[in-house]
Amino acid sequence: MIEDPDAELLSRLRAGDEGAFAELAGKYQSAMLSLARGYVPTGAVAEEVVQDAWVGVLRGVDRFEHRSTLRTWLFRILVNRAISAGVRERRSVPVDDLEQVVDASRFDAGGTWQVPPEPWADQVDDRVIAAKMAARIRAAIGELPLHQREVVTLRDVQGLSSEEVCVILGISQANQRVLLHRGRGKLRQIIESEFGRGR
Amino acid sequence: MIRLKLRPRPGMVCRQAVELVMDYVDGALSSAQRLRFERHLTACLDCPEYLAQTRAVITLAGSITPDDLTPRMRSELTGLYRRWLSDKS
Repeated sequence: MIEDPDAELLSRLRAGDEGAFAELAGKYQSAMLSLARGYVPTGAVAEEVVQDAWVGVLRGVDRFEHRSTLRTWLFRILVNRAISAGVRERRSVPVDDLEQVVDASRFDAGGTWQVPPEPWADQVDDRVIAAKMAARIRAAIGELPLHQREVVTLRDVQGLSSEEVCVILGISQANQRVLLHRGRGKLRQIIESEFGRGR
Repeated sequence: MIRLKLRPRPGMVCRQAVELVMDYVDGALSSAQRLRFERHLTACLDCPEYLAQTRAVITLAGSITPDDLTPRMRSELTGLYRRWLSDKS
């Protein structure tokens, strides 16, 4: 049996605690919706898929055997439902390895920064600015290419491990890393261009 | 003792370092790579900021709280749960 951050919620849910179910739903519903949205044509269909996944979760929860974390199992159910409902097959994810996280023109011929990153990292200590940046990142995640969005949402917003994400999305570790790398790189770029101080 | 003579490796340049930053923060570099990366960091004026920004992005993304359930979603889910409970008993 593996350590599960939702172990307590799970036992309450099984015991008939409605609040535990609401808590679980509150925790995962928005990530489930955004994941489902990648497979189906409209937000309304995505909502149906998520609803359907919750039915599946409840149906299976008494037999859930902790071979994965609850959330991995739950997101797997979701992805499977989304695939059945969707127009898009789960596919190997094409990744363009030539895509750079930092535009090549920012380095000189020797590979040293020519246009170095404009500083902003120290500003996250300011809670007001940090909240603005977080809001911008939230919006920017929604604009990432689909696969990057999935991986960034699960890893960085939901805090899942890379192993969990690979199982949920059915992708390789290498694939997962490249997608995360690209996705985070774009978010950094967006914050830099909006919050960076020119030097 | 025979000492292997290794050709000294040229230092890492910034363009290479930025490609390794993610694996560095995720602890996915080999120890040799990590050493080279850290050596570059101590010698570079700009890459430490790039690393700090990457860490900040991860922290900021982790600070995003999920959207609240809409009242409709909440009542639909509560309905599902109650049905499940009553089917069970």
